[in-house]
Amino acid sequence: MIYNEEFETMPREVMKALQVKRLQQVLERVYHTVGFYKKSFDAAGIKPDAIKSIADMKKLPFITRKDLRDNYPFGLFSVPMSNIVRLHTSSGTSGRAAVFGYTKRDIETWSDLIARSLVAAGITKNDIIHNAFGYGLFTGGLGLHYGAEKIGASVIPMSGENTKRQIMILQDFGPTVICSTPSYALHLVEEGTALGVDMKSLKLRVGIFGAEPWNKATCDEIEKAFSISALDLYGLSEVIGPGMAMECMEGRNGMHVYEDHFIVETINPKTGDVLPEGEEGELVFTTLTKEAGPLIRYRTGDISRLITEPCRCGRSHVKMERVLKRSDDMLIIRGINIFPSQIEAILVGIEGLKPHYQIIIDKVGALDSLDLQVEVSDNIFSDSGSVKELQKIEQRIIKDMKDYLGVSARVKLVEPNTLQKTEAKIIDKRRY
Amino acid sequence: MKVEQISVFLENKPGSLEHATRVMKENNINIRTLSLAETVDFGILRLIVNDVEKANKVLKDNGFRVSKTPVVAVEVPDKPGGLHSIMEVVSKEGINVEYLYAFVEKSGQNAVIIFRFDNPEKAIEVLLKHQFTVIPGAKLYDF
Repeated sequence: MIYNEEFETMPREVMKALQVKRLQQVLERVYHTVGFYKKSFDAAGIKPDAIKSIADMKKLPFITRKDLRDNYPFGLFSVPMSNIVRLHTSSGTSGRAAVFGYTKRDIETWSDLIARSLVAAGITKNDIIHNAFGYGLFTGGLGLHYGAEKIGASVIPMSGENTKRQIMILQDFGPTVICSTPSYALHLVEEGTALGVDMKSLKLRVGIFGAEPWNKATCDEIEKAFSISALDLYGLSEVIGPGMAMECMEGRNGMHVYEDHFIVETINPKTGDVLPEGEEGELVFTTLTKEAGPLIRYRTGDISRLITEPCRCGRSHVKMERVLKRSDDMLIIRGINIFPSQIEAILVGIEGLKPHYQIIIDKVGALDSLDLQVEVSDNIFSDSGSVKELQKIEQRIIKDMKDYLGVSARVKLVEPNTLQKTEAKIIDKRRY
Repeated sequence: MKVEQISVFLENKPGSLEHATRVMKENNINIRTLSLAETVDFGILRLIVNDVEKANKVLKDNGFRVSKTPVVAVEVPDKPGGLHSIMEVVSKEGINVEYLYAFVEKSGQNAVIIFRFDNPEKAIEVLLKHQFTVIPGAKLYDF
């Protein structure tokens, strides 16, 4: 099923022409309304009207996550605050987070993208959707929610906590669709099975998963455990949120990127050179229709490959493969994006703590775990010699990690020099 | 009148304590008394030694996180009510005990109790006023 036939099946030449037209409009707009783009285009010696085709795009400078942080909180908005109706933000302490604004029309666009994605999964107004993506500052919950209402489905705004209650609702309300991170879906299976619930006998028939890397094997495991089809949804809060690309039920091979709203390029992450379509590289997204915070050539850090072969579903939009790798050190823990530098900022913020640390990421059952080993500095092991003081520091680290980054960490204080300077600061034991 | 205790941070893993005791053995440091506080992840080894400065230095040189902690040593007769007589006095004054440990001195007549008080100065003053024997560091190290 296709939600928006006109745009989703648009012939590629017409699509390219539409993209160029929209690109030229957005370039003019950001150049004149966002100081950052004026500066960066001027520095690159490029004027918006010099871009006449998609191929010309390579002349434009990139925007990176660092630029988003440097312009915290509202520096990249291209509309006055009075036109902004919603704000979302990434995790992180002040100046290390990025803020994303939406105008009324942006919310409509986003809802439309989710509506397309749900319909691509065969979902209709007759479905009940159990939405276990987190509601709040994270874009997952609300993003899915608005699109689901748009197609007239019944939404259960579960968010991501209270697993036992979720299992009760899955049994009692009989939702036919579940949306969550893949690891949370597997966690539900573990908990449900432990409670003696036959997860296969639930009414669920399709699941939409995203916000973290998951491979084919995990997909198979989820499909088997719930007896459903498990589809991949792609999105980045920086760009708009979930709904930038969606796997279709007919193709089951990659996610269609909604090209009437985004231009996607793949680049060599080392050189920044644009790669031929079909080669693996870092995804770079340009928003064509976003009003509040347009992004021109945003380096996502996600490594993938574009699939240009026509899809049997009839959509003309290019597809992208599952994202299983990053070009940078960003960590995705239970769907939350975290950079080691953000953890370091938290440790530095705690008086007396020297950030000699190591992060160990693993899985406990289906869920990600984050263990933080911190060397005891002279300052915190001061004159009391008391267990209490050190435990206070441990609790403080745990609390700040939860408050600022939204992750539950386990903290272990270790002897000095046990963490070798040459050793990696991050050990990710997870396998995708 | 205060006594300096050596506090050593130890990870809760095999070999940690052995490493600390080996360093002290190799440097000819004698332990007068000690206690080990433990949590799930880590422990703190508390030591009264014959040579505080040397112990502090050699442990640090061997990579341990070490601090010197002022504690108070009180001598009481080794008989029922010995510890209680001290507690009665300090509790009345509102002084809090963070931790304590004890040993019996060589003659077997008296017990020495090592206290970490929240306010060591006041504790010493109160104890002396009540005629308790507070053992100064220099004497305790050579006990």
